[in-house]
Amino acid sequence: MIRASIAGASGYAGGELLRLLLGHPEVDVAEITSERLAGKFAHGVHPNLRGATRLRFRQMDELSGVDVLFVCLPHGESSRRIDDFRRIAGRIVDLGADFRLRDPAAYERWYGGAHPRPELLDQFVYGIPELNREALRDADSVACAGCNATAAILALTPLAAAGIVKSAVIEVLVGSSEAGSQATAASHHPERSGAARAFKPTGHRHQGEIAEALGVENLHFSATSIEMVRGVLATCHVFADRVLEDRELWRIYRDAYAAEPYVRIVKGQSGIHRYPEPGILAGTNYCDVGFERDSDTKRVVAMSALDNLMKGAAGQAVHAFNLMFGFPETAGLEFTGLHPL
Amino acid sequence: MTECPLCDAAVEASDDPVEGELLECAECGSELEILDLDPIVLGEAPQAEEDWGE
Repeated sequence: MIRASIAGASGYAGGELLRLLLGHPEVDVAEITSERLAGKFAHGVHPNLRGATRLRFRQMDELSGVDVLFVCLPHGESSRRIDDFRRIAGRIVDLGADFRLRDPAAYERWYGGAHPRPELLDQFVYGIPELNREALRDADSVACAGCNATAAILALTPLAAAGIVKSAVIEVLVGSSEAGSQATAASHHPERSGAARAFKPTGHRHQGEIAEALGVENLHFSATSIEMVRGVLATCHVFADRVLEDRELWRIYRDAYAAEPYVRIVKGQSGIHRYPEPGILAGTNYCDVGFERDSDTKRVVAMSALDNLMKGAAGQAVHAFNLMFGFPETAGLEFTGLHPL
Repeated sequence: MTECPLCDAAVEASDDPVEGELLECAECGSELEILDLDPIVLGEAPQAEEDWGE
């Protein structure tokens, strides 16, 4: 069994990660941390885990040696504590943003300051298995991708690889859990309930990740909060230089994803679920992708949906972990979702 | 085994296919009709437009 600990397990991503690791056939969860809740049972903040574990939160400086450390801390904490983490664990899976970008200049642009440990950036493998499967097998440090970035990247990667994406307009509709477990004025129920709110029309940090992953700079990314707890729906507009036919697009997406365990192509000709929808993906590690073309123009609309806490965070981390340790890619990630919700 | 004329996915006909038989593509969900048997030729089955949502 692999001994794993979670630094920062009281938030939503940390809670989902704990749920997944407790159910993983090859993992023994050693320790979980929360400075705020040290000494308290995990099920106090993750009530779905009552009966699944008697683990209590510890403080970060109480962590002992393990095989792998999952890090779910606020931005800036991983790079500040990375040397301590490496003394604790031979392998690190970071769900935060600190080590996602390869280019220090891109980090400075998107995060508003110089990276505190730029020499480490190229030591982390970007954690999307569909992009970096082989590198993840050999990785000792993984930086999981942002949730919105994962959705946009998986929608657009097949088109980008085919040379079709010179630029793209990306709109993501997101649920409230993206904002984390700590209350803010914007998350106050009378303010958040029923909201359809443009919270980041420009300047979203995930745009830097998307640009690096796709190798496309001319991107335009906007994020809007909607009435949803979990989920991301990405709609990406690509303006091709020629008219593309359905069958060619099918081939492009099928070539990219037919063998992937967690990317499904959803483009139905009948029924009500013709395109990706986040609702049915809650709790699963799937990213559903679809496409449509405008036959009057050269526009291709690439769509994707995922659960931001799963494929966009904890599920992606476990998928990467499975690759790192040579386990079946689907270990601990078998849940296929609920319908209806 | 033949191919969906809309998305190129593999479509399996029944053991004893007949002209006019309707099939469904498992990938794109298209309703298909067997137009010819030797070899099997599929076409998109005619259907009324349906109201499937907003």
